[in-house]
Amino acid sequence: MKLRKSLVMLIYLLFVLVPIYWLVNMSLKSNREILGGLTLWPAAPTLDNYRVIFTEPTWYTSYLNSLSYVSMNMLISLLVALPAAYAFSRYRFLGDKHMFFWLLTNRMAPPAVFLLPFFQLYSAVGLFDTPIAVALAHCLFNVPLAVWILEGFMSSVPKEIDETAYIDGYTFPKFFVRIFLPMIRPGIGVTAFFCFMFSWVELLLARTLTSVDAKPIVSQMTRTVSASGIDWGVLAAAGVVALLPGIAVIYFVRNHVAKGFALGRV
Amino acid sequence: MKPYNNKAWWLVLPVFVLVAFSAIIPMMTVVNYSVQDIFDPSTRYFVGTEWYREILTDPRLLDSLMRQFVYSFCVLAIEVPLGIIVALSMPRRGLGVPFSLILLSLPLLVPWNVVGTIWQIIGREDIGLYGWTLNSLGLDYNYASNPRDAWATVLVMDVWHWTSLVALLCYSGLRSIPDVYYQAARIDRASSWAVFRYIQLPKLKNVLLIAVMLRFMDSFMIYTEPFVLTGGGPGTATTFLSQTLTQMALGQFDLGRAAAFSLIYFLIILLVTWVFYTAMTHNDNKG
Repeated sequence: MKLRKSLVMLIYLLFVLVPIYWLVNMSLKSNREILGGLTLWPAAPTLDNYRVIFTEPTWYTSYLNSLSYVSMNMLISLLVALPAAYAFSRYRFLGDKHMFFWLLTNRMAPPAVFLLPFFQLYSAVGLFDTPIAVALAHCLFNVPLAVWILEGFMSSVPKEIDETAYIDGYTFPKFFVRIFLPMIRPGIGVTAFFCFMFSWVELLLARTLTSVDAKPIVSQMTRTVSASGIDWGVLAAAGVVALLPGIAVIYFVRNHVAKGFALGRV
Repeated sequence: MKPYNNKAWWLVLPVFVLVAFSAIIPMMTVVNYSVQDIFDPSTRYFVGTEWYREILTDPRLLDSLMRQFVYSFCVLAIEVPLGIIVALSMPRRGLGVPFSLILLSLPLLVPWNVVGTIWQIIGREDIGLYGWTLNSLGLDYNYASNPRDAWATVLVMDVWHWTSLVALLCYSGLRSIPDVYYQAARIDRASSWAVFRYIQLPKLKNVLLIAVMLRFMDSFMIYTEPFVLTGGGPGTATTFLSQTLTQMALGQFDLGRAAAFSLIYFLIILLVTWVFYTAMTHNDNKG
């Protein structure tokens, strides 16, 4: 039983890791070796591709731009979604079900044709080519998601906790920050992770709403095509570097997810 | 029963304002476009429902719509069960937990255009591991010229990319089950199937609801990955709806028609998700 589980896990992890290994493998090769034929590991490992990314300003500023709009988006999404998710999980109010579903519908809008309206809207309010524009645009799909995930976590906290706290004389803000938020920490962690993830990997909107000053790493990556063809090595290295902040975030969330255990014991 | 209190609206208001700004205004712009024929910003004619009529009889669109439905169905049928299996196989304690969590989430953190690039390389028969292996096993695999192979590659790429999302959601759902439940099950000598069916699955319902809908919506709007991998080809074998739409809006700059198309597109997703949503919440109320 135990063995079978580990085996399933192992096979799946292998399936996940092989393409990633291929990316790392490629990032350590020169372009000549990449296109020369199949090699399982770099014959002559080189860090040249990484050097390009960390020394050329267009590369490292685009990296910082991405980090700034992603963290802004994460913060905004959590700040507005926390109270809303609480309202949905604890109260009924006029139009609550419709509101909940409407929020969800915003995650279903195909981004392709929203590009032009978004471009016009953000140009009109003077936010075009700033990280905040991308952060706000990404709220379109991250806020509904955050409300959803948080509502799920909040609903599993028994209502009696709220009632007891009010009887003990807590005001709502005090109760919410001191008692309620610590209880749903795993949920907050997971939500932050999802906001980060969807904002970090999105290409279409981020590329449309920026040009020079706030260019994100994903759109910088689409510009490795030159006269001599695609620069596979640098592209692979950029992909590997783009993975790193995500690994850091999931490392923090790991603790919170593990604490999810305590949630049911309340 | 939850208390009825309209003051709760104050808590929802920030979300409403924020989402309205980035949703309602652009949506109205699209509706506006969809009833006009636009040559340039100052030359436009009101055409009423003509675009809608044209779209609904366009065989190219109906084709890619069919393709899209089959694709989303395959994605759900593979990823949801696989995600649950992976979540159940996750280690419960020890060093294996953070280790497998981090490894699992790796594909989710790869920017979408890089996902396409990775599979583009790894599927090539000369320099890619998978393409090379399949060909040396005697299979004639080439995703660039064979529609069946292209389709399979896009599907495997999606499974690689997104199954972890389902698995992670299920895993965090599983972790919220108190130990007491399992102890009780052990005392009752419940089989592992019974534990799954009567303890784990009901607890997973909420997260599964999110997972199924997210996967449906996102697979229905898939754009970047197949665009990078196959460019929609060979022929139109992997041209999904979003790509048809983008070709129309940005390639041919056919704004009116593209706007009408995107509204219909949006309504289809809305309808299907609504069916899922009500079916699942309905069960919830009964059960």
